Amino acid sequence: MIDIAWDSFTPWSALLGGVLIGLAAASFILLNGRIAGISGILGGLLVPRSGDIGWRAAFMIGLIGAPAAWIMMAELPPIQIEAGFPAIVIAGLMVGIGTRYGSGCTSGHGVCGLSRLSPRSLVATLCFMGTGFVTVYLIRHAFGG
Amino acid sequence: MKYSLAAFGSGLIFGLGLLVSGMANPEKVLGFLDIAGLWDPSLAFVMGGAILVGVFAFAIARKRTLSFLGYHMKLPASDRVDTRLVVGSLMFGAGWGIAGFCPGPGLVALGAGEIKAAVFVASMIAGMVIFETVESSRRSTQ
Repeated sequence: MIDIAWDSFTPWSALLGGVLIGLAAASFILLNGRIAGISGILGGLLVPRSGDIGWRAAFMIGLIGAPAAWIMMAELPPIQIEAGFPAIVIAGLMVGIGTRYGSGCTSGHGVCGLSRLSPRSLVATLCFMGTGFVTVYLIRHAFGG
Repeated sequence: MKYSLAAFGSGLIFGLGLLVSGMANPEKVLGFLDIAGLWDPSLAFVMGGAILVGVFAFAIARKRTLSFLGYHMKLPASDRVDTRLVVGSLMFGAGWGIAGFCPGPGLVALGAGEIKAAVFVASMIAGMVIFETVESSRRSTQ
């Protein structure tokens, strides 16, 4: 039986945010002709090729600058990070290596890949969602609970 | 210039979307991944909303060889499922479950001035550099 956390359930802001993410992916493919995959865009900056740096940097500046644009209009929503520093470092390494090895993350495979109905991205999404669920279960219930 | 400006716009809207949706908050993400606890299904609506728009955009994109700004469409050619895809994605998901950060939200939280997000992003970039180093040494021995 699944217990729903009704107090923290925010379907409307989630849907609105999702539509914005979809619009960003839409504008990137329709204007730039590229897949809005965050890990791929960042990863490409680490092995820079000429003519391939500017747009990647511009995308990253927009993404990282979003909170700065936000605070001109409203107060930032909460960002709660429970994990300690050692866990953060391990998580970062795994996300960095895993997304490059698997050629994508939540944006490239999850949003763009599923929108393209790509079987490859469906497999990737099922894999990372799967280990995401299992890892949280192990940390919160098997070992931590 | 036009190309980079459009990329900047996409990045900005993407980041605002992550903030509105709650995905930039790791606690919210872990609430979604924690089915055995009190489950917060909100993030399924994020994916749903994004894909709802994305399906139309990519249906249009598939029919075009040039983008609306006149650039070549760079859609992934490969549809092959291989070991690299599976192993990499499994590893990414485990890392995602540890801290509640995937790449986009980590970068947005960094922009919000969170120290832990800065450490996450630095570690993620280190991971990507490790991948590139291993890949290039693998290529050079072949």
